[in-house]
Amino acid sequence: MGTRRISVTVDGVAYSDDVEPRTLLVHYLRERLGKTGTVVGCDTSNCGACTVHLDGRSVKSCSVLAVQVDGSDVTTIEGLAQNGELHPVQQAFHENHGLQCGYCTPGMIMQAVDLLKDNPDPSDAEIREGLEGNLCRCTGYQNIVKSVKAAAGAGSVSAGVAGGAA
Amino acid sequence: MIPAAFDYESPASIDEALQVIAGAGDREVKVLAGGQSLIPVLRLRMNAPDLVVDLGRIAELRGVRDDGDAIAIGAMTTHDDVTREPLIRQHALLLSLAAQTVADPQVRHRGTFGGSLAHADPAADMPAPALALGAEFVIAGPSGRRTVGASDFFTDLFTTAIGEGELLVEVRVPKHTGWGAHYEKFNHVAHTWSIVGVAAAVRVEGGTIAEAKVGLTNMGLVPIRATAVEQALVGQPATADAIRAAAQNADQGTNPMSDASADEHYRRHLAKVLTGRAVLAAVG
Amino acid sequence: MTAVDETTGAKEFGQSRRRKEDARLITGRTKWTDNIVLPGMAHLAMVRSPVASGTIASIDVADAKASPGVLGVWTGADLDAEQGDLPCAWAITPDMKHPRRPAVAAGRVKFAGEIVAVIAARSAAEARDAADKVLVDYDDLPVVLDMNEAIKEGTPLVHEELGTNVNAVWVFNSGEAGTGGNVDEAIEAARADADSIVLERTFRQQRLVPAFMEPRSTVVDPTGEQLTVWSATQVPHIARFLLAVVLGISESKVRFIAPDVGGGFGGKIHLSPEEVATVLIARKLGKPVKYTETRSESIQSAHHGRDQIQRITMAAKKDGTVTGLKVDLLADMGAYLGLVTPGVPVLGAFMFNAIYKIPAYEFKCTNVFTNKVLTDAYRGAGRPEATYAIERMMDTLANELGVDPLALREKNWIKHEEFPFTTVCGLTYDSGNYEAATSRAVELFDYEGLRREQAERRARKDPIQLGIGISTFTEMCGLAPSRVLGSLNYGAGGWEYSAIRMLPTGKVEVLTGASAHGQGHETAFSQIVADQLGVPFEDVEILHGDTQITHKGLDTYGSRSLVVGGIAIVKAAEKVIEKAKPIAAHLLEANVADIEFDSGKFSVAGTDKGVTIQEVALATFAAHNYPEGIEPSIDADATFDPENFSYPHGTHLCATEIDTETGKVTIRKYVCVDDIGTVVNPLIAEGQVHGGLAQGIAQALWEEARHDESGTLTTATFVDYTLPTAADMPFFTTDMTETASTSNPLGVKGVGEAGTIASTPAVINAVVDALRPWGVDDIQMPTTAQRVWKAIQGKEFDASVGAKDTRDGSHEAAPGNGAPLWSGNESGGAQ
Repeated sequence: MGTRRISVTVDGVAYSDDVEPRTLLVHYLRERLGKTGTVVGCDTSNCGACTVHLDGRSVKSCSVLAVQVDGSDVTTIEGLAQNGELHPVQQAFHENHGLQCGYCTPGMIMQAVDLLKDNPDPSDAEIREGLEGNLCRCTGYQNIVKSVKAAAGAGSVSAGVAGGAA
Repeated sequence: MIPAAFDYESPASIDEALQVIAGAGDREVKVLAGGQSLIPVLRLRMNAPDLVVDLGRIAELRGVRDDGDAIAIGAMTTHDDVTREPLIRQHALLLSLAAQTVADPQVRHRGTFGGSLAHADPAADMPAPALALGAEFVIAGPSGRRTVGASDFFTDLFTTAIGEGELLVEVRVPKHTGWGAHYEKFNHVAHTWSIVGVAAAVRVEGGTIAEAKVGLTNMGLVPIRATAVEQALVGQPATADAIRAAAQNADQGTNPMSDASADEHYRRHLAKVLTGRAVLAAVG
Repeated sequence: MTAVDETTGAKEFGQSRRRKEDARLITGRTKWTDNIVLPGMAHLAMVRSPVASGTIASIDVADAKASPGVLGVWTGADLDAEQGDLPCAWAITPDMKHPRRPAVAAGRVKFAGEIVAVIAARSAAEARDAADKVLVDYDDLPVVLDMNEAIKEGTPLVHEELGTNVNAVWVFNSGEAGTGGNVDEAIEAARADADSIVLERTFRQQRLVPAFMEPRSTVVDPTGEQLTVWSATQVPHIARFLLAVVLGISESKVRFIAPDVGGGFGGKIHLSPEEVATVLIARKLGKPVKYTETRSESIQSAHHGRDQIQRITMAAKKDGTVTGLKVDLLADMGAYLGLVTPGVPVLGAFMFNAIYKIPAYEFKCTNVFTNKVLTDAYRGAGRPEATYAIERMMDTLANELGVDPLALREKNWIKHEEFPFTTVCGLTYDSGNYEAATSRAVELFDYEGLRREQAERRARKDPIQLGIGISTFTEMCGLAPSRVLGSLNYGAGGWEYSAIRMLPTGKVEVLTGASAHGQGHETAFSQIVADQLGVPFEDVEILHGDTQITHKGLDTYGSRSLVVGGIAIVKAAEKVIEKAKPIAAHLLEANVADIEFDSGKFSVAGTDKGVTIQEVALATFAAHNYPEGIEPSIDADATFDPENFSYPHGTHLCATEIDTETGKVTIRKYVCVDDIGTVVNPLIAEGQVHGGLAQGIAQALWEEARHDESGTLTTATFVDYTLPTAADMPFFTTDMTETASTSNPLGVKGVGEAGTIASTPAVINAVVDALRPWGVDDIQMPTTAQRVWKAIQGKEFDASVGAKDTRDGSHEAAPGNGAPLWSGNESGGAQ
């Protein structure tokens, strides 16, 4: 059970490494590349804390083998800000208190970026459904939804009005 | 957690994949499609194969093409592609709608149509619509290809007609152009598996249901075609009362399990209610 | 204090400052324990028992030891001489039964998930590979799971050496305490009185998993005699003390660090078996060691919460006046006692009377051992259980009497002019205004409009039925006055510590013994210090979570960080100012008595002469020119011990829609108006409310830890332990009313647990309210669609049970009370 050589670009840097086939992408990112911004929250792919972008689409890096990404391009939370400027979704999470302990936040932000790429002007219900693969235990999701809505530039969500998307 | 160690091959063609599997001898082989079920199983060490054969590099397994009276969907086409692909939306809308309900966006980006069908989880959302639409399963093996009808494909819990050394390579779905469709999924919270799901495709002519196809998720060890409902619907007006009456037959011929999420009695009831809702939504 | 206080110049208090913490959290630069990598670090894997009760017949570690990369394998027997006994800090009664709790089981296992062997290897993968090669034979023993069974004579024992499955029986009786009447007399009188009613109900608090998002992780670096421990903990100070006690080592040799910690909710209040095992192995190997649990390990072995059976007896006049309340609990400890396990029900003992003037009260809890993982604090700890029971009872009484449940509450609650009010439990509620919070909530909710719609839906037998649930809660938090904790035999005090270091550049370092794990202390505490010292918010650095930085502290739990820790900071700041005054006077060539301090400036009364606190800090550092006889320092520290608890309160209103065809419950509207006193940072406070609501609602609707008959936890992953997603959660309408706390100088009350405490009964009251036309009086949590549907089916065949509108003022004959006692399930057979 040897290793395989993979070449992968992560956050704009090309890497070439020998990995065990069983190495999960998230462990490759964390342990080989030191990309500890991407975290592990579960072992069943429910929580989404490990979400990264693989060739431009969001995936759970705990459910991808490192050998599967040979030749691919990966973006993590650490590659989101450009030239010292926060990504608008990062900025929106800060402005709208879309995080508390912050453990789910990298995955939540990466999924929100994917969601907005797919649907630049989502409704509250579409945001909630688009984040159904990401668990948060701190925020009750309200300010996360508000953050994504704000990042979409669609105005602020009416947090004070109940009876919205459930 | 970290999977137990395994060897890994990523063949570039179907033929090469079949050779790799054939050459594995006594070693236990697992075929890796999108990996969204397999990799969590490996992480929990509920399975520890000697060799994982990754189909991800095989270009011919991906994509959707028009194949006359059917559309042909490559086994490695992702759920996300199934939801978006115009050919599928036009000719097999039910599949597209069902695929939208699978797990979550990240899983749909990786998980594949063929992988889900071959895994044959009774709570998975894609088998019932595939069954309802009468899909044909193209299976490649050392001695060539064979096609298995939907009614013969799902044979038992997590078991299909795919034999040892074989691969599901394509699914041919007869065109249902112009049919209304709906997949009604019922679960506890959004990220959990279906307690019961109902896949319905209906062709309405002048206010009357001309044809109906209904498949049930998690009402037995395998997906089940609700033929009694289908028969009861044909010729009926596309009204709520008529549809609800026909849906009362939904649990006929089913064998639902009792488990932590629901007992048999409740599942039978849900099947009727959800079938009514699915068909009603499908007729628009 | 108002949001911007003109008289004191408070500029930060009341501002929704964006959090300082966010910068690292949103960019992936957070320091989680599992991120820490040290040279030569070994990794641990645990072998855990799959059986809930048994003896270890044999353990074969030979293959594991020979596995590649393995540095060592240790069983419980190998470690037993040095691993000590994991402590419980709360002996609630003098005769409490306290089993020994080893970090690694030796000989006997008592719950499924207990550690039986530890592997150290070069990598985590190799450690896990080796763990799979450890062969353990167990001789199964009878499993005790059900509390009612556990306390019966002749039931097998979880701990044979204790001779009983009862951990302790703890009683509070207002008659005996002299704080109220005799409840048995009150109940007897009510039974004998035609104008009174006695209700008996039994409620089940299901087992819950705290489910913090960051799995627990520990890194230990032994350097010589020193041990540095990084751990995902809420309680680095308590853990250091306990580690020293358990292992018999000097506390001064241990540095405990809580780096960034990803949530806790009570679930990280402990010295865990895993922490002790990691320390032991690091000492043995003489090199750094890391252990990070998997999610399924976390759910199986980190402590759970709730798990009580509550038998409640309430006596009332038929005009709605409650005359007595008797509470009889069974509380599941699980197999062992954690830090405060036996005390969790006691934390609820003083809260069943809630906001009501109840003249006679008794609380009794019987703590029970079972072969399950231990329970301990989970957000609210005791108080959600109490609030649930009383708020369910108030709705039940209203229904029985045919009066509006809000009106019934108002009839019984403490009026705002009656504060301070000493309750039947002897607590003195310092402030509150239940009328104001309720009035605002009713307005935001459109209570009347929703009641109208409910009546219409009932009238037409709509398949979607509407229910309205109420919860007018209070709680006691800000744990806690040390003398009170002492009187309850808790093993420690409840003070908090802070120190302020004035740097020569005018920047300020603030040390706090509170240990944040998502609460936003760095931001809120900076706001407090900025106002107190008149320095810019940006110039304040909050240092926490490291016992070598803040040598003492009692950490974060029980909504205590602001109301205890925040006040300690205020006290330290006051000392800084007092120490700075003589130096300022010296610099200004004035008398100390003439020095005034305002908005960061020391000035001479009646003149325009002044010097800033930054200038004083620099002058003090230089120390070239300061008064004789004092030290050249304006640094100060303070330890604050509160004199009272904090009593936030609020009114929560929930409207649920029930799909009667499937039983699915959907929250249509949720309104809460909380009174948490004055508010430092409304943005953060609202966030705390949101998160609290989500956890309380999740108990009502979705979450439950379940075991099969062999004691295996069948909800051991996030596939089966069903946390809600964004798609499941409703929007909350939140607002605040404000009555300042009179027991601290800022007027603040705790907020961390309020949402969780209040929301669960609001939701269940709404579900039951929707189902009343079927005669449903209760339903077991979580109210899964199947449970709701079955509750209706059971009643459909009973034509005599009709709808009952709680707004209907007419008195129907109260039905006989047939609730089976201690069954834990009298909700119409719904499972």
